[in-house]
Amino acid sequence: MTRSGFDALFDPKGVVVAGASSHPGKFGFVALHNILASGYDGAVAATNREGIEVLGVQSVGDIDDLPADTYDLVFVCTPAAANLDLLRACARKGIRAAFVTSAGYGEAGDDGRAAEAELVALADELGILLAGPNGQGVISTPSRLCAQIVAPYPPAGRIGIASQSGNFVSSFNNLAAATGIGVSRAVSAGNAAAVSIADYLEFYADDPHTAVGLAYLEGVTDGRALFERLRAIAAKKPLVVLKGGATSGGARAAASHTGSLAADDAVFDGMCRQAGIVRAVDVEDAFEAAATFATQPRPKGPRTVVVTTAGGWGVVTADAITRSELELVALPDDLRAAIDEKLPPRWSRNNPIDLAGGETRDTIPEVLDLVAGHADVDAIVYLGLGIQSNQARLMRAGRFYPDHGLERIVAYHERQDARFAEAAAEISQRTGKPILTATELAVADRDNAGPAAVRASERVCYATSQRAVRALEHLWRDARFRTRRGR
Amino acid sequence: MVTLSEADSKRRLAALGVPMLDERTVDTAAEAAAAATSIGFPVVLKLCGDAIAHKTERGLVRLNLGSADAVDAAGLELLARATPDDGPVQLLVAPMVRGTREFIAGATRDEQFGPCVMLGVGGVLAEAIADVQIRLAPIERVDAEEMIEQLATQKLLDAFRGEPPVDRAALCDVLMGLSALISSDDAVASVDLNPLIVAPADGRPIAVDALVEVNG
Repeated sequence: MTRSGFDALFDPKGVVVAGASSHPGKFGFVALHNILASGYDGAVAATNREGIEVLGVQSVGDIDDLPADTYDLVFVCTPAAANLDLLRACARKGIRAAFVTSAGYGEAGDDGRAAEAELVALADELGILLAGPNGQGVISTPSRLCAQIVAPYPPAGRIGIASQSGNFVSSFNNLAAATGIGVSRAVSAGNAAAVSIADYLEFYADDPHTAVGLAYLEGVTDGRALFERLRAIAAKKPLVVLKGGATSGGARAAASHTGSLAADDAVFDGMCRQAGIVRAVDVEDAFEAAATFATQPRPKGPRTVVVTTAGGWGVVTADAITRSELELVALPDDLRAAIDEKLPPRWSRNNPIDLAGGETRDTIPEVLDLVAGHADVDAIVYLGLGIQSNQARLMRAGRFYPDHGLERIVAYHERQDARFAEAAAEISQRTGKPILTATELAVADRDNAGPAAVRASERVCYATSQRAVRALEHLWRDARFRTRRGR
Repeated sequence: MVTLSEADSKRRLAALGVPMLDERTVDTAAEAAAAATSIGFPVVLKLCGDAIAHKTERGLVRLNLGSADAVDAAGLELLARATPDDGPVQLLVAPMVRGTREFIAGATRDEQFGPCVMLGVGGVLAEAIADVQIRLAPIERVDAEEMIEQLATQKLLDAFRGEPPVDRAALCDVLMGLSALISSDDAVASVDLNPLIVAPADGRPIAVDALVEVNG
């Protein structure tokens, strides 16, 4: 598998859609549409038996009618029976990568498996990187490439996605769009006949546009080799894995207690721990872990402080931290004394730091700064952002607005919440410590000035503090794994 | 697949640094009584042989025998329970170790991931408790340390009901020994150390029963 094949797949100078269609419901139309509509600025061509014009692109009847060395990726929507000849013609034009979306291969019985083997052998002989078949497509934001038969095209960012299920690519991309934490590359591996999830992840591990790998794995074959490869990948960059289904391991000898305890999932879980892979429990956990790796500094230790404007949230978050591998650190005396200077005496005076409504205009940025600046604190979870803007929203919508001083106070609240979010990001960057902001307003009111400003700062606004704690725990486990192994 | 006798299993593991009891294998009930007297009472008496696995389930273990007479009587009874399928049998005499905390440790071969090392909470209850950590062999010491650290039931590893904390370094030695055995010998199909009792005096884990399964 050559590097140039991956370069052609992810950063092609030109793309050919083979089997373009004028029917907007067909994959051959959708693929061309998505490439043209998402801002790809390389050369785009299309083939169609009738040579029709589609979306302003004059298609040609055959690959042979195209100029040579202008295109290096072919996006294949033609029926399986046509694809061997198609690949040969593509090779003659200098095309080095094919994304095959066509079905009728390994997923389609014995005949399909034979056709797939033939396709793989030919691609190998021609030196063409074969992605798919039966996959949904490929995304590459550095090239503004959206060569896929599904939506969405995500914002640009640093998460590299490889999935054994095309729909999980869409799920992750939807979450990228919702959080604003973007994607570098994304690929649906389809049947992964020639290029496997591990192959894509190896490319991401050396890809300067990618900071973290995010993979959905299903059936595992040759687990041992997979372990060795994933371990090498995770040594270079954080790798988040969501796993569906069981391994293909069959029944084990009943004579051994160890064998019956070593159930598939426990083995996979241990493999992840040993390889330094972040194993996620569900799709949200997986995306948010990856998004957090892509946007927050790594904690140097587990010592976590909760800063909250209201008591109950802090208590529940403290519970979540206590149940995790993070540490709800006792507030150091000098830090308590420093915060005493900023707040009336009713504040909690311990961790969680509950400001108890004693805050004034500058208190939140000042307390975040004091806590993050303390040598005995490794990370902060910040709660309560957006409360005042939520009240502002009610005021703005009510019949008294803008009179009675409402216009002024609404603007003040929104300005303050935006400022708090910006301060959290700035202090985190400056101190090199993660500060994670959580509020349900992230989903309840996306336009609230608080969550909106968190998104603008290119960080995740977690919908619950439990999710923030879970993401932070992933960061800590990863950091600890590396430290213990001298990395 | 055949199982090594308990005595052979323990010899192989002891050679790899897995802590074992001072125990004797003898042929007759009278020899068992003599061995028990030399080890010190109380003792455990077991019937063992290459073809015998899961002695507890078959009632081939006698616990807490406090005198030479008791050992002699139990020895005769156990020898009488041997069946022709069991092949050659012997009596194994071992000190009776009592501990509040039991673990299970072992090694197995996963069809997908190959040789694995396992540590679990609970000895005979391990399958019900299902608090286990698995790693692919060979493991490094840091992996063994993390297996212990990542068990959910951490309270059992700290000081517990008047007993000292589990000697984690000694438990690591057990896991490293299991890793070395399954990684170095393709014939070894699985190993069970069940239970691994935490000695109340010093927190060291002791393999009270051991079963090595080999291909052949």
